[in-house]
Amino acid sequence: MKIAVLLKQVPDSQAVRLDPETGTLRRSETDAVTNPLDLCALAAAVRLIKDVPDSSLTAICMGPSTGEQTLRQALALGAGRAILICDRACAGSDSYVTALILAAAIERSGPFDLVLTGLRASDGETGQVGPEIAAKLGWPVITGAESLTRIRDNLFEVTRSAESEKETLTFRTPALISVAKGIGQADLPRLERKIWARREPVTLLTANDLGFSPDEAGLKASPTRVVRVLHPQLTRRGRMVRITDSAALEQAREAFTDLLGRKEEE
Amino acid sequence: MKAAFFAETAGGKITGGALELLAWCRTLTAPEEITAILITPSVGEPELERLACSGAGTVVVYEDGRLDRADTALYAELVKSFCETEKPDVLLGGATLFGRTLFPYAAMLMKTGLTADCTQLEIEPESGLLLQTRPAIGGNVTAVIKTPRHRPQMATVRPHSIPQAQPVGKTGAPIRRLAVPDSLFTAGAPKTASSVKLPAGEELAGAKRIVAVGRGIRRKENIRLAQTLASRIGAAVGATREVVDRGWLPYSAQIGLSGKTVVPDIYIALGISGAVQHLAGMRTAKKIVAVNTDPEAPIFQAADLGIVGDLFEVVPRLIDGFSPKTR
Repeated sequence: MKIAVLLKQVPDSQAVRLDPETGTLRRSETDAVTNPLDLCALAAAVRLIKDVPDSSLTAICMGPSTGEQTLRQALALGAGRAILICDRACAGSDSYVTALILAAAIERSGPFDLVLTGLRASDGETGQVGPEIAAKLGWPVITGAESLTRIRDNLFEVTRSAESEKETLTFRTPALISVAKGIGQADLPRLERKIWARREPVTLLTANDLGFSPDEAGLKASPTRVVRVLHPQLTRRGRMVRITDSAALEQAREAFTDLLGRKEEE
Repeated sequence: MKAAFFAETAGGKITGGALELLAWCRTLTAPEEITAILITPSVGEPELERLACSGAGTVVVYEDGRLDRADTALYAELVKSFCETEKPDVLLGGATLFGRTLFPYAAMLMKTGLTADCTQLEIEPESGLLLQTRPAIGGNVTAVIKTPRHRPQMATVRPHSIPQAQPVGKTGAPIRRLAVPDSLFTAGAPKTASSVKLPAGEELAGAKRIVAVGRGIRRKENIRLAQTLASRIGAAVGATREVVDRGWLPYSAQIGLSGKTVVPDIYIALGISGAVQHLAGMRTAKKIVAVNTDPEAPIFQAADLGIVGDLFEVVPRLIDGFSPKTR
């Protein structure tokens, strides 16, 4: 079984800045980590290939050169091969162009039976790149998997939580699956694996390597534009009740009942 | 300006989310310019008529018992073929798990842009373009996005971001039924093997009221206190990351950045300090009540009613106000 896992590096700090000119994320100013749900996808892939002979696991990351850290982490956690798509020409790509570039990288470094990734990244939170890649490849997609089991041959089963149902779905590979947290987290890497991962080469791909001219990647090629960024006022300046005595407790109860009651009438 | 929206159905009924999308379309353009598209295994005729009377210009229905929502690719092909015929300038869908899978798939097939999880939509007067506003970076900023040249301009819209469209007259819009071509059904496509409705207390997405617990609940046994309050006031129970990571509630209960985004009428935060990652998932709730011992907790900045005190003292008192029979 050949699996590719797509991982994104995201800002760790809450003090993320947006470029005031383009409205895109400015990453360099904050510490970067691997998107937590992408690590869940990697963990699921590691479990899937464990008992299947002739399996391979490729980690793919697109972003600035610091993405190498994410790939070394993926190697330490069980990936056998790492690919970094790193090119200034890709900067500012929206989800559509990102998906085109990643789909090209998947086609170039495959064939794969399965592509796994997180349901969404903790910075952009669109969750669009996975389904967009699947559409580009002409593959089926299932989002938000909380379990992923091979039934036989190329037939797999997934469970997931939709808004109001728990669902069990079956699919056949090739397919792209995005995972939710319920699928489980990665184990800590063993020391010898970590040492190996430090030295293992990471394949570098540019937009050009994947057949994209500078005009076909990045902000210029993106259908969507961020036109402005607003900083919403978050403070509600609500009523505060400090519980100092039983009278205050009664006040709190009344305020609470009022709030609930008022909503009921609307 | 032609606007279309994807109307989701569940169990043969049109969802509230679909009527919200219709309401958004009505703020953007004239009724005769609005088309509803339904792709569904089954939908009741009265349901279609209700939609047709609520301000849509046309209702287009693909109804076929063989349709399975697991087959995103098939739905996306139908959306594409609909857009090729109707050529809408704007296409809206719900920011549900299904909508947020189907729409990017369809956007790629149509080679156009898509904005996820919008909370506000308007038309820019000078250009006539759709301005799509969405929270970004955990809700710390909101970004206004447009799709200048590609069509349709696609957006998924966060549930409960507008009241549902109400019927406007007795005579409805024409309902046009289209057949799903047999060739689109493929044997190897993904299938739904089972779908089990969540118990009311676990369904966060549609919940009008949510009681959420944070680390301040201290131990697993104490979750029962929150569950009692929830069942008295008809609320679902959610949690912060710390609580689900400790295994006190399932991962599906997590609200925030790596969990769910919720928009209830009332959000009751018990023992939650209000980390940015958690606030991202609930700050657009209509009313927020917070109970916490620390008066400096950031959750109070976001609260309409802040109760500074021990939740183990406060919550039993809140519960007392509601008898088990009262909803």
